Amino acid sequence: MATQVVMPKLSPTMEEGQLSRWLKKEGDKVSMGEPLAEIDTDKATMEMQALSNGVLRKILINEGDSAPLGQPIAIIGEPDEDISELLKSAQTAKSAKVDAAPAKLPESEAAPPVETASPAKDRDQVRPSIAPVSGDGQRAAEAAPGGRVLISPIAARMAADAGIDLNSLRGSGPSGRIIKRDVEEAISGRGKQTAPRLRVVTPMRTGKPVSFEPSAYRDEPLSEMRRTIARRLVTSLGPVPHFFLTTEIDMERAADLRRSLNEIDPELKVSINDVVIKVAAAALMQHPQVNASFQEKTVRYYEHADIGVAVATDNGLITPIIRSADVKSLSEIAVEARELATRARARKLKPEEYTGATFSISNLGMFGIDEFTAVINPPEGAILAIGAMSPKPVARDNQVVIRQTMRVTMSCDHRVVDGAIGAQFLQTFKKILENPLYLFV
Amino acid sequence: MAVMTMRDALNQALSEELARDENVFLMGEEVAEYQGAYKVTRGLLEKYGPKRVIDTPITELGFAGLGVGAAMAGLRPIVEFMTFNFSILATDQIINSAAKMLYMSAGQFKIPIVFRGPGGSAYQVSSQHSQALESWYAYFPGLKVVMPSTPADAKGLLKSAIRDDDPVIFIEQERMYGMKGEVPEDVDFTIPLGLGEVKREGSDATIIARSLMVPIALQAADELDKQGVSCEVIDPRTIRPLDIETIVKSVEKTNRVVIAEESHPFCSVAAEISAQITERAFDYLDAPVKRVSGADVPMPYAKNLEKLAIPGVEQLVAAVREVSYL
Repeated sequence: MATQVVMPKLSPTMEEGQLSRWLKKEGDKVSMGEPLAEIDTDKATMEMQALSNGVLRKILINEGDSAPLGQPIAIIGEPDEDISELLKSAQTAKSAKVDAAPAKLPESEAAPPVETASPAKDRDQVRPSIAPVSGDGQRAAEAAPGGRVLISPIAARMAADAGIDLNSLRGSGPSGRIIKRDVEEAISGRGKQTAPRLRVVTPMRTGKPVSFEPSAYRDEPLSEMRRTIARRLVTSLGPVPHFFLTTEIDMERAADLRRSLNEIDPELKVSINDVVIKVAAAALMQHPQVNASFQEKTVRYYEHADIGVAVATDNGLITPIIRSADVKSLSEIAVEARELATRARARKLKPEEYTGATFSISNLGMFGIDEFTAVINPPEGAILAIGAMSPKPVARDNQVVIRQTMRVTMSCDHRVVDGAIGAQFLQTFKKILENPLYLFV
Repeated sequence: MAVMTMRDALNQALSEELARDENVFLMGEEVAEYQGAYKVTRGLLEKYGPKRVIDTPITELGFAGLGVGAAMAGLRPIVEFMTFNFSILATDQIINSAAKMLYMSAGQFKIPIVFRGPGGSAYQVSSQHSQALESWYAYFPGLKVVMPSTPADAKGLLKSAIRDDDPVIFIEQERMYGMKGEVPEDVDFTIPLGLGEVKREGSDATIIARSLMVPIALQAADELDKQGVSCEVIDPRTIRPLDIETIVKSVEKTNRVVIAEESHPFCSVAAEISAQITERAFDYLDAPVKRVSGADVPMPYAKNLEKLAIPGVEQLVAAVREVSYL
């Protein structure tokens, strides 16, 4: 019995997925549990497994296309089975979903499905397009029957490298195939277009005013990750009533602690951020009202501190979670933080590893940022923004001394955390960080 | 360097290897007394005697098996098939014995045998005597298949084949025996097996050709040069193992390929090369790989039909223009 493969829900917050890579071709045998495709979700690239045995009869969406949850993306069946009924219902499902929510699939509808060979290295499906140049540059791609753009592999690669929109090319090969020569001509044609600009610059010597045209630009389709970040941030800074608390912390003892630990055991490689995580977790245990979440009708108080640690990746920001940081040792936190960051950058995090923190920490100190305000990850109650640690002159016992100093800013959800509550937490956090021995008492 | 015919280059190779190693011996129909059906073995009986140059009865299966047995006993036989068409009778010994003995004996028996002779078309010898069997033999793991296209290549490759410890199918071309070319005279001049050669450098298109098709490809390249298309001509020289790297490097440069052969198209060597190019150089192709093969019919007897059945310069030129979108 042939079955439709539909876009699966691979993460709790996933609403649609982008087909990153098919792992099987039409005609391949497939068995239950075998990986079928790699799907870009809002946070990571996940493997989708086949749920039935048979042969992959038809692929319904191409690499790079997006589909909402539940949309049919392939058909698995016996090699000689009649799948026409399933195909028909798949087509209607697709067009129904498109009519119902046109805003949901802007990327896959904007450019007609392109039969290209993406170069093996370029899996990120960035299809750059330049602003159409005025004049003779505008020539629509001659669509082959069925609306596909035919293009030879080398021409596709040259066009991608040069940032040329395939829709602006006319193919001179058989059936309108875009070939190397067409792309070469487009590139040299572009060269002719930009040359006059140089002539505009030289009048400067004669004192005549120079006018520059508005900057050229390119549009890149949003990756799933970027789209999700955008969506979530808008549900944070807008609806969540933020307020911000800043304090400056004397980091001498914390820095000493770190240095000593790493001297004792060079394998530990504890960082200041690891110390911050540990101290924050300890402080949260003393101030459970901050380790909380606004849940519309209730406030949820967590028993443990599951701390999300912000990691910058090529694709965007993601916060892998260190669960129960309050009971973990500093070395355990250090190892785990490193491991999670590595996997985050390789897009290999599982959904349960980045959803459901109780508190988050973001550190831009390594970029030389003195202080900043972070946006809360809903539905958490607060987030701590860590700035750079640097030696500063401070007053101690009526004397001016140089101390390693760090500024932190806490963003609080006023629906859960009041000013005083947040301030008291920050006071404890500062006390422990300035005197790490407090971790033992 | 001396200028000589391919026939004489092969003769020199055989003579030098017979002199170099007393285990090397030659057998086949008419190789001794008659000096060879195509005179490739001229003078060898006189020089090396009847123990080294042996006339066989007309029993290809028999003397092929004899050769395998001799190889297993430690000798290095060179078995001549008057043409490779006659080797079809001997395939059981070639494939089931020669090709597989090393593997099936877990390395105990090596088979340093060379099966040589002309293959492919000749002049009006018709269907049963014009067959190009290289893709048949290249199919089997355990065999090496070599096809020279110049006198120098013929000499260097034959010497390497004789010195090789594996069974080698060495396919010459009757039409090329009279072809003249420069040949190094050093007795240790060899060309490694498994190494192709760029016979002509170019930048716009790659033509891959072997044996008889190499001079035709070079002529087509001259013609195309006048039309403004610069062709690179590659002769793999060894069909198995294939020097795919040289081919891929060329495709990366030119982005378009034509493969020329006189054999039939289905399951041909060109089909294999095309598949490997697609696997390894897909992103560099501006057009599908184009094969120009011999006609998919038994070779006709009539002169005009025979001419039509084998690719010529015009067909190669047209094919290159096609992949160049001209």
